[in-house]
Amino acid sequence: MTQQRTVPKSAIHNSQSAIQSIAYTEYHPRWYRRRISTYWWIRSWAYLKFTLRELTSIFVAYFVVLTLLQIRALNQGPEAYAEFQEWLKTPLLVALNTVSFGFVLFHTITWFNLTPKAMPLRLGGKRIPDVLIAAPNYVAWLAISTVVAWFLLGE
Amino acid sequence: MAKRSNEPFPWALFSAGGVVAAFLIPVLLFLYGLAFPLGWREPPSYQHTLALVRNPLVRLLLFVLCSLSLFHWAHRFRFTLYDALQIKHLNEVISVLCYGGAIVGTILAAYLLWNVP
Amino acid sequence: MAETITLELARYRPEQETEPTFQSFDVPFREDWVVLDALNYIKDKLDGSLSYRWSCRMGVCGSCGMMVNGEPKLTCATFLSHYMPGPVRVEPLRYFPVVRDLVIEMTDFMVKLQSVKPWIVREEEKSLSEGEYLQTPEQLDTYKQFSMCINCMICYAACPVFGLDPHFIGPAAIALAQRYNMDSRDQGSQERLDILSQHEGIWDCTFVGECTKVCPKHVDPAGAIQQYKLTATKEWFKDFLMPWRAK
Repeated sequence: MTQQRTVPKSAIHNSQSAIQSIAYTEYHPRWYRRRISTYWWIRSWAYLKFTLRELTSIFVAYFVVLTLLQIRALNQGPEAYAEFQEWLKTPLLVALNTVSFGFVLFHTITWFNLTPKAMPLRLGGKRIPDVLIAAPNYVAWLAISTVVAWFLLGE
Repeated sequence: MAKRSNEPFPWALFSAGGVVAAFLIPVLLFLYGLAFPLGWREPPSYQHTLALVRNPLVRLLLFVLCSLSLFHWAHRFRFTLYDALQIKHLNEVISVLCYGGAIVGTILAAYLLWNVP
Repeated sequence: MAETITLELARYRPEQETEPTFQSFDVPFREDWVVLDALNYIKDKLDGSLSYRWSCRMGVCGSCGMMVNGEPKLTCATFLSHYMPGPVRVEPLRYFPVVRDLVIEMTDFMVKLQSVKPWIVREEEKSLSEGEYLQTPEQLDTYKQFSMCINCMICYAACPVFGLDPHFIGPAAIALAQRYNMDSRDQGSQERLDILSQHEGIWDCTFVGECTKVCPKHVDPAGAIQQYKLTATKEWFKDFLMPWRAK
């Protein structure tokens, strides 16, 4: 929507025939549009939570990069792989991975909690409560995580 | 009437990526990023890891996980840039960098997983 | 006992200023007064030049949406007692152009609403002699929540995407489109899909979810939008894999 400008008074005197439209235009409201702040996303707790949720994608991508580096080290042989594991022990990587784990967990939780909103299910004409759609996701997540851990920890 | 947007395609990838990332990444990052480096558990040996990753099903799973997660990031990050930094006018550049990055990562993942000894 | 509460009202008089200013008023505090009562008191007794919209004063017409202490609310449903000891800051509904004082310009919403065809669309109307369109309670239940929308536009005031891009069709329009898409009597889904599958349709939405939080009628527009994204995506894949199919 564009801002309307009032017509200068002189325009009225210039044209008798156009007097009606100009007289109306002179009193057309001049709208005010407030500009959105660059920092709108930290202005409220709700917006901040949303922003943190969106930022989890960066840490998801970071995990993929880490995984690809790990597979590359694996391909290069036991010495390279051991070096990679040592690198993971450095304080920088541990700090980075701790933060990343927090974000990745936040992704999982927010994802499962939002699933019922996007996929409401009905049974016998009534809508299934959101918590009953989110809960199986959590259960499946715990089950899958256990299976993965079992494969990695069992020798 | 303008043509219907093709947005559903990247959105579908974003959703699929979100699902696999939600289920698989936390446990993997916890083990490899925290538990093993900090000594809470003994990490699997090189041989054990190699045997696991050699398995074609595991390789497929890792490929799907890496690729879809990257497309999840690409789509979400693109909108984050639009909204947080308000640079929607650069949308062609952003799209190329995001989805292009995901494609590059997918190719890399395929190459690395194909070449597991 | 004569308690008062201060209201800080945004004033904007385009004939005398280029930016909004604030004006404070002290109004009597009554336990059962809502913000709208205070505004009416101010207009009646203190400053008759104040401009604002209101009508039913009972939360069904959708006219009195404004920002109260930074949150979008229906002023007829927001009690002064909630804000004691005050002050209460009242501003026009966020993300819309301000016409005057607390009145915003909403024509663009009306255009968007019309564009999604919020009515029953039939390929062929039944003749009167054939009787009414029948619908079971279960069929009603699938879309009833979305039909509760009173077009107050409070969801637009909460949506940062709309704030950043006024072309975005917005939560209420999409929720109302869904109300008709899910109505068993309607046959207009494909027509609505053409409008809604534009970038300024559903695809601008990033599921912030604030629209649902602030909706005074619990319509859940965010849910409607995400469900519609799934529908639109299924349609896109169907079109992609079977381009010959009749729409």
